[in-house]
Amino acid sequence: MIEKILIANRGEIALRVLRACKELGIKTVAVHSTEDANLKHVLLADETVCIGPGPSAQSYLNVPALIAAAEVTDAEAIHPGYGFLSENADFAERVEESGFAFIGPKADTIRMMGDKVAAIKAMKAAGVPTVPGSGGPLDPKNDAENLRIAKEIGYPVIIKAAGGGGGRGMRVVHTEANLLKSVVLTSTEANNFFGNPEVYMEKFLENPRHVEIQILADGQGNAIHLGERDCSMQRRHQKVVEEAPAPGVTPEQRERIGSACVKACLDINYRGAGTFEFLYENGEFYFIEMNTRLQVEHCVTEMVTGIDLVKAQIEIAMGKPLTLKQEDIKLTGHAIECRVNAENPSKNFMPSPGKIERLHLAGGLGVRWDSHIYTGYTVPSTYDSMIGKLISFGSDRSTAIARMNTALSEMIIQGIETNINMQREIMNDGGFVEGGQNIHYLENRLEHLV
Amino acid sequence: MDIRSIRKLIEIVEQSDIAEIEIKEGEHNIRITRSQEPTYIQAPMAAPMAAAAPQTPAMDPTPASPASTDAAPAEISGHKITSPMVGTFYEAPSPDSDPFVKVGDTVSVGDTLCILEAMKIMNPIEADTAGTIKQILGVNGEPVEYGQVLFVIE
Repeated sequence: MIEKILIANRGEIALRVLRACKELGIKTVAVHSTEDANLKHVLLADETVCIGPGPSAQSYLNVPALIAAAEVTDAEAIHPGYGFLSENADFAERVEESGFAFIGPKADTIRMMGDKVAAIKAMKAAGVPTVPGSGGPLDPKNDAENLRIAKEIGYPVIIKAAGGGGGRGMRVVHTEANLLKSVVLTSTEANNFFGNPEVYMEKFLENPRHVEIQILADGQGNAIHLGERDCSMQRRHQKVVEEAPAPGVTPEQRERIGSACVKACLDINYRGAGTFEFLYENGEFYFIEMNTRLQVEHCVTEMVTGIDLVKAQIEIAMGKPLTLKQEDIKLTGHAIECRVNAENPSKNFMPSPGKIERLHLAGGLGVRWDSHIYTGYTVPSTYDSMIGKLISFGSDRSTAIARMNTALSEMIIQGIETNINMQREIMNDGGFVEGGQNIHYLENRLEHLV
Repeated sequence: MDIRSIRKLIEIVEQSDIAEIEIKEGEHNIRITRSQEPTYIQAPMAAPMAAAAPQTPAMDPTPASPASTDAAPAEISGHKITSPMVGTFYEAPSPDSDPFVKVGDTVSVGDTLCILEAMKIMNPIEADTAGTIKQILGVNGEPVEYGQVLFVIE
């Protein structure tokens, strides 16, 4: 039984974790930077520790400060949230070496999934479908082999950094003439961005959707999947709108890909919550990467399954075996999440920090608001611009869209600029309403929507 | 009753109209009274109170904890030495040694004032200014957070 958890994060996810802890009767330690002393979850926590100045490197990414804070408060476990150190294998290792439970997978698992080439190999071995590709790193000196691989995969191909992610260190190649220099260029970039020049090659899918599978595994031989989410509405590789289930995915497809992910979890002895990310095209799934943490958009899965994913994470960390069986998981209805950011879409999405003078929130049946903001709260400029997630739920997709529209129209956040109006435009966009748009759709539409 | 609970009680007094609050918890008794400059009276504690020095903790009337209040009495003048890290405050190099400094001591730049321990590593904290120790706000054996005022030097 864990009795005290240190929340190593900030903003809305820290509040989310705090709420789960409270429900479970677990005491909370909120660590925060000097700028975050007035964060909502800090004000609600049982204990607080200031761990450093504003800049994340000196606070939320400051491993010694986090571990020292756990020590001085006698915390038993650390929840890393998402972002920051949540997928840092070294951090997970140091947490456990220092005698605390890391609420997430083992360090080795995080390490393996963080290496994109190794992750793909592991998935292939487990029978998870992957994007046709080089199957390993490219030898930058072997031109003939690289040309052969590309020919076998079929153009267009994409060169990706093995140590990368998040859309950085990638290059699409349409013709054989450009292949060799693209490999060199991408490798140089990869070295600059990630300190690792290793690159690999994959088929470039031209009309893919981003569909991901949520899993829970207890590290004791039990794993289940909780269905999929469609996160194709993206701008610069950042998700803007997410939904569950994914329009057009059939129960048979869901079962097939879900089982493959569950098997992979058991093969690698995964522990905790995790998400398998896929490109989905023409009814086929192609694995791209696994996120070994809770995701921002976990809320839509919670709405359609009724499962509290953060509580599940904590219970798994306490060593409890999963009592949920796959047949217990039913997807009901449809949920949509709109990320609310402190930014000005009409000024090239320039961040808009500042004091929230007036806040009026939406409500009603099927409306969920996950956010840390309150009237009088000052959104700092130091951190990312997401200030809340508005989630709608309904018996079907059109009801969820209608409720989201109403909720967005009721929201008032005065004092800063937000993307709320842009989200309303998306909800009313013909292509979005039709459903099933690919990952390039939103960026193409943004010129018209903004 | 540990220092953080006491600090929270002080915050409550400062942020409200309460004139005085007294809490009894088993053998521990604490009374906090609001006056021009709040003074904190503490009945003798039972033995297992860390490696605490017998003196009563001298609390800075301006609370150093996160939710600091504007309703505090006069600011302490002087140069504040604040904690650069999270850790446990130790006033002496070892449990049987004398403290590094006492109130009234003269210090020069570079003199060790205390040790902050985190993850089994002892970090000496040095004076970054010369002067006289006016106040010692760190409590031996108690945790400190980033930015917390440890010493005031004049």
